[in-house]
Parts: sequence; C-alpha cells; structure tokens
Amino acid sequence: MVSANTELTYNSKIEGDVIVSRADSVINWIRSNSMWPMPMGLACCAIELMATAASRFDIARFGAEVMRFSPKQSDVMIVAGTVTYKMSSALRRIYDQMAEPKWVIAMGACASTGGMYRSYAVLQGVDRIVPVDVYVSGCPPRPEALLDALIKLQEKVKREPSAGKLFSA
Amino acid sequence: MPAALDAIAAVKGRWAGVTDRASLDHPAVNVPASDLVAVLRSLKEEHGFDMLVDVSGVDWSVRANPRFTVVYHVFSTVGHDYVRVAADCADAGAPEVPSATGLWPGADWHERETYDMFGIRFTGHPDLRRILMWDEYPHFPLRKDFPLAGIETTLPDAEVVAETKTGAIAAPMMGGPFVASPGEINLTEAEPRAKDESWTERRPKPGA
Ligand code: SF4
Repeated sequence: MVSANTELTYNSKIEGDVIVSRADSVINWIRSNSMWPMPMGLACCAIELMATAASRFDIARFGAEVMRFSPKQSDVMIVAGTVTYKMSSALRRIYDQMAEPKWVIAMGACASTGGMYRSYAVLQGVDRIVPVDVYVSGCPPRPEALLDALIKLQEKVKREPSAGKLFSA
Repeated sequence: MPAALDAIAAVKGRWAGVTDRASLDHPAVNVPASDLVAVLRSLKEEHGFDMLVDVSGVDWSVRANPRFTVVYHVFSTVGHDYVRVAADCADAGAPEVPSATGLWPGADWHERETYDMFGIRFTGHPDLRRILMWDEYPHFPLRKDFPLAGIETTLPDAEVVAETKTGAIAAPMMGGPFVASPGEINLTEAEPRAKDESWTERRPKPGA
C-alpha cells in the first residue's frame, strides 16, 4: 500500500522527538562546540589568551570559555608562551594527564618554534614534545588569530571519524 | 663628601687588601675574597649600605687569571648612594667566594643564580642549588667556553625522554646573531636580521 504521507522534511508530529543523523556528526558537533581549554600560559602570549577570553573578543561565542586548570577536565591545550626545557617535562606530563580526545594549539612564535629564543634554555617548538594540531603565528598573535585557530581546530574535529574511533578501540 | 666615598676611604684604611677599582659610575673597590664578608658587613652596619641590590659574576676569558670575579652592588637607603664591590676568585678551576647570605637573606637567590650561570660556589650558602636550569644540567651557560648555541643535553625527566625521544639541542642562529643596521632610515631595512645566510641548520657554516 502506498503511503499517503507527502511530508518531505522532518515533522515531529509524525516521527516524534527523533532525529536521524550520523554518529560522527553528532559526536563531532558536541565536541567541537564545547572545547574546554587547558591554558598553558607560560609567557607574554598568555596576556593575549586572557584578552581572547575577556568580553571584547569573547571566546565563549565558540564554546571554549571554560578555562580548566585541571588537565582531567580539558580538551584542548593552548600553549601560550615560551616553553623552557625545564618546563617542557611538566608540559608533557600535563598533556599526558588530559583525557582523550585531546588537541593542542601552539600559540605564538615561541610555542611554535622557540621564537626569538634561539637559546640553550628554550624548547625549539612545542611540537618536539607534544603533537600540535594548529600553529598560530605572531609575537604575540592577536586574539582574532587565536579565535581563527580555534575555528580551524573545530573544522578539523568535525572531519574526524569519531564514532569509528570510539567503538573500535 | 658623598657617603660612598667616605665609606670606601674607611674600608681601605681598615683592610690593606682593599683597592680602588676603575668605574664609570658608582665608586667601586676590589676586595680579596678572604675579607669580602667583613667588608660587606662594615659597609652594611657602619656606613648605612643596608640594601644588597645585586650579586653577579664576570668570566673574563678562558685564559684570564683570575678568571672569575663576583660583583656586588650595595645601596644606602639613608645616603642614597651605591658602592660596587668586586672580589676575584683565586682558583679558576673551582671558583669560590664566601656567601653574603648571613648579612642579607636576599643574597640567597642571587648567589644561586650566579652559581647556576658561572659555576662559582658560595661557601656557607644554606642551599646552593641551581635556580634557572634544572638540577642535573651539566654546564654553566654564561661561561666564555659555553657556545652561544648551547650544548646537546638530555632532559631531566627520563619518562618524558623515553616517550618523546627529545632533548635539549644545540640551536645555532642561522646567520646570527641578528643585529640592526645603524644609520638606516628605512625602518624595514634597519630592523634586526641575519647578516650571513650562507649556512642553515642543515648546511654547516663554511669554515667552521
Ligand atoms: S611569541 Fe612573543 S608574545 Fe608570545 S610568548 Fe613568545 S615572545 Fe612572548
């Protein structure tokens, strides 16, 4: 028997509170819009990180305003500043304590490459010790640049095969 | 006569080893390491130089003798005047001077930093550990024989080293150090940049 239903789109009166979608897009939609940062504020870039969180630039518009000072509660580590070799082991340990899935933004010249500190004491790029997802240029980068990095990271997260990873492991 | 010159005349009269030291700004004296604490105490307690501003070191060169000098700046909050006190370390292989922590508790971290950077030991210091570099770091970075680029070294945390396979690397400045061009009106041209781009991280410096 041919159904008389001529509805072309979702109609809650017919289907109830049910939405059909792909697991990946739901999981990634949730993940990318609630990225809780771990603020690794290690030098001057941290001031711009604070500005990004404050009212003018308002990182809350992208769901990343909840700076967590506990690695257990955070999703994205924002390395904002100069990482000395002495600090690098602590940084790696904090990264290890973050729960999967986790991402890293290297904010500024220092975190990305060591910056102007071509020296015996400074880690020449935080990617030598943790995997980095997005690099932000600038010394320091403007808050807009950090927001752009966050948006890029959200786009990256939206492309991840999250469900497959969740259920295969 | 300013308080500083008075004080210097007095300590020179009392300790025969104390001599004038060439200085472009504040009055300065050379003091033998054996008299150092006594001279500093006299400056502090009898001449009003009650504030220790700075403790630092100088490495004159690998071949110089004496090689290391420790420099103190003391300030009088009464007379508003500075005196610089310098003490040579007799032994270039194991340089040491007595600690001033008994006079000023604030000397503690200054002396730790001087030890960290130059390897000058302060005898009688309550806790002479490195302060900037990690405890196991084997070099003294401000010595003249320490290369500007640094020396390859392992990191302190063995677990992190095993996990990341990384360490402190020598980081030579390609074409550096970067210097500004004086007298250049065009600021884009004048800003600090590498002058010698004939070598890179992967291509060694010609003739080096
Ligand atoms: S990149 Fe520049 S602003 Fe950022 S931490 Fe380094 S020196 Fe400071």
